[in-house]
This record gives sequence, C-alpha cells and structure tokens, in this order.
Amino acid sequence: MSLVEFLQIWIIAFFTLSLFSFLYKDNPFYKLAEHIFAGLSAGYYVGLIWESVILQQMIDPMFNNGKWWLVFPGILGVLMFSRFSKNYSWISRISLAFVMGTTAGIFLVSELHGKVLPQIQATMKSLDPSQGFAGFILALIIIVGVISTLIYFYFSKEHKGALGGVAKVGIWFIMISFGAHFGYTVMARISLLIGRVQFLIDDWGGSIVQLFS
Amino acid sequence: MFQNKVTIFITLIILLLSQSLFAVDTTENSNLTITDSTTADSVIIQPVAGVENLENTADNDIPAFRSERLNALIFMLLFSVVILLYTRWARSGKELFLRKINGLDEVEEAVGRATEMGKPVLFVPGLQEIDEMETIAGISILGRVAHITARYGTPLHVPVRYPMVLAAGQEVVQQAYIEEGKADSYDVDMVRYVAGEQFAYTATINGYMMREKPATNLYMGAFFAESLLLAETGNAAGSIQIAGTAQPAQLPFFIAACDYTLMGEELYAASAYLSREPLLLGGLKGQDWIKLLLIILIITGIILASFNSAEWYLNLFESV
Repeated sequence: MSLVEFLQIWIIAFFTLSLFSFLYKDNPFYKLAEHIFAGLSAGYYVGLIWESVILQQMIDPMFNNGKWWLVFPGILGVLMFSRFSKNYSWISRISLAFVMGTTAGIFLVSELHGKVLPQIQATMKSLDPSQGFAGFILALIIIVGVISTLIYFYFSKEHKGALGGVAKVGIWFIMISFGAHFGYTVMARISLLIGRVQFLIDDWGGSIVQLFS
Repeated sequence: MFQNKVTIFITLIILLLSQSLFAVDTTENSNLTITDSTTADSVIIQPVAGVENLENTADNDIPAFRSERLNALIFMLLFSVVILLYTRWARSGKELFLRKINGLDEVEEAVGRATEMGKPVLFVPGLQEIDEMETIAGISILGRVAHITARYGTPLHVPVRYPMVLAAGQEVVQQAYIEEGKADSYDVDMVRYVAGEQFAYTATINGYMMREKPATNLYMGAFFAESLLLAETGNAAGSIQIAGTAQPAQLPFFIAACDYTLMGEELYAASAYLSREPLLLGGLKGQDWIKLLLIILIITGIILASFNSAEWYLNLFESV
C-alpha cells in the first residue's frame, strides 16, 4: 500500500466515523465532516455543471456545431443573475416561469401517456373464471386494489358509508404496498451499511495492521 | 372569459408542441429523472439526458403529428376541459366541498406550536429540481406555510438543494410576507442554498435540527434515501413533523417517523386545501371527476374483457 492510498483510507475512515458519531449526539467531529462535505459538494457541482452543461451542452454545440438557438436557454440562464439586484430581481421570474410552465406542459403529456393510459389498460383484467382460480384471484386483487385506492384519493365527498368502506379497503392496499416497500428498502440500506462496515474492517483495519506489523 | 380563452389557447399550444416535440419520447421522458430508490441519488445531469432525447427526436424525422397517439390527445383535451369547467364553476362563487385531510389540518397548529415555543419552522422542499411536479407542489405549500409564519411572526428556515428552487422559494416566501403586510419581516436568508450533493444536504439539515431544535419540521416534495435520516433526526430533536411525498418507496419511512404524512395525491391537493382559493379548488374537483371517469372506464373494460370482447376497447388506451 502506497503512502497516498494509506492517507486516502485514513481520511475516508475519519470522515465515515465522524458522520457515524452523530448517532451518539451532535459533536465537533460531525460538524467538521458536515461542513467539509457541504462545501466540497457545492464546489464540485459548480465544476460539474460548468463542464457538462455550460461547455458541453451550450458553448460547444453553439460555436462548433452551429446550434445558435441554444443562445435562448443561455439568455434564460443569464436572467437568473438578476437576482443579485434588488431592483431587477423580478426579471429572473421569466426564467422561473418558463421552467415551471414547460414542466407542467411536458408532464401533462408524459404522465398521461407514459403512466395513466398503460395503467388503465393493465387494470382491465378479465374476471372470466375459466382462466383458473389463481388468475381469477390475481385479477380480482389488482382490480379491487386500483379502484379502492382511487376512491381513497377522492376528495369531493366525506369518506362515510359505502364510499368510506371502499376507501378503507384502499388504505389497506396502500399500507400493504408500503410494508413491501419498507422491507425492500431496509434490505438495500443494510447492504449500504455492510459496505461501510466492510471498508472499516477490511481496508482501514488492514491499514492499521500494516502500520503495526 | 377572456382569461379562460387564453388558457384554452395556451393548453392547445402546449398539446401540439407536446405531441410534435416532446410526446415522441414521452415514455422515455418519464424516466428522465434517473433516481434509484435504494441508494436514491438523483442524478444532477437530468437536462443533458433531456437535450439528447430532443436532439435524437429531430434527427429521426419523426412526424409532427403522430396519429397513433390520438388517444392521448383526446384524453388530454377531455381532462383539460373538465378542469377548466370546474375552475370556472368555482370562480362563479359556488361553494365546493373538500373532505378533511388530517395532515393538512395540522399544519397551522404545528406552526402555532412553533410560535408559542419561540422556535423556528423548518421546511424542506424535497431533493429535486424545480422541473419536477413534486417540487412545484412543495414550493406551492411553502407559500401557504409562509403566510402562516408571516402572520404569527414565526422564524422560517428553508434549506434547498438547487439554485432554481432557491429562486422559486425566495419568490413565494417574499410574496407571502408582502401579502400579509409583513414585508419588513422577510429575510432573504430564510430560503437558503445548502449543498448540491444529496447526503451533504441531508447532513447539513440534520445538524441544523440538532442544534436549533425547530419546533416544527415540514417535508414536502420528492425525497429518496434521506427520508428516514431526516425524519428520525427530527423525531430525536422533539419536533412535530408533517411530511408529504409521492415517492412510494419513501412514504413508509415518513409514516413511521412523522406525526402526519400526506400520501401521493394529498401532496398535490395540499395547496388547494390550505389556500381554499376557488381556482385551485376547482382544479382539484376537476381531478376528482376525472378519477370517477377513469373508474367507469376501467369497470367497462373489465366487463368487456370478461366476455372476451375487449380488444378494440383496450386499443383505445394503447400507449405507443
């Protein structure tokens, strides 16, 4: 192990342990790690956006490939700098309105086309008993789950009586789905923790052993 | 009247643009936000992917109007007309009923608690850019919350992850303080850029929670792997917590660690619910009507499918 690798491992281990120390309580080591982490990320993202967005996606195509129309998003970006002025900060609203407006427009289509229509189609299951018991039950679960969940998110009527009953079935389906998500995500987080612990034991522990051997 | 016509005109323009430019890759576009719910780091280069898709679209000579997507256009027109009609109805002064949504009823109470304790309200508008619907919903709720904090004189702290969210957040908070006649109380640092990296952002908010001990934490927007880190730290700091997100993988964590949770569409309904503005309420009622319509369409499809004669009907919902 070279000196550089050795130092890298120790720095990573120091910051890993500093962040873990938050489990006990807020302390100066955590504060140090937090501030370095936040500062580094801000600097890193400035560099990343300059390189991958401003240079690669705007300047380069505009001057080398003749895509002159990229000047318009560039202008919208420049308008954001008006926020530094008290008198002219309102100009930045043009860029904000453009982004928020186009987002709503694009999502209107993409959500309908990419999610709503396919999901409606996939819910139209046959309840023909000749498809077999398992198929029938699965279809029934999907149909009841989708319709009752949609009813749960119906805001125009108080959830009482029959509507309340169906909404209650909907919330059961939602909670069962959350349970499955919870288990799956916890498993994934545990694997992240294992990765960190493995680093501390194998890499950092290995470097300590090497130091004293 | 004129305003409605303008709205319809703009909607049609967006539709045509969407059909000719963006809808070409809608299925792919809906996946542009590259997020992993396990490590859940949302990728910063989202615009790059979008630009590439648009460039490919132009290169492939895809027709301006794709007739196989006529169904999407018809549904879009139908939905738009319904929402516009309900909006108009709401504007005419008709009383519109909305059922009680528990988490939202508690927002004002939670801010009131912070006021009594003399501690700040922490509002986290999620981890995504302003070009995500959840973030827009979060910013919209921030505006309502800022009205309450302005009225009560409660300190408000809003850490953000993206510069555009910073600008939007500052705009809505400032506007709320002006509308409440408290323009002098507005401080530009109420909404503050913290860090671009997901966990650096989370670590900073966690540190803030343990040091400042805000009385109320509101998490409204898109959240990923940091959801439990935030909610559990807030819980340990003794704050009242209300969360709202449409990320199914993160909702269970918020439900476990927060006092109230807005699930999925409740987040989008929140702004209308809190403000009671006729325009927003009309939109919400229109969406409810659309849900009923979808249920009827689904039930019709199920009946047809059960009698083996649904093929033509299923084709109406084909997504090409």
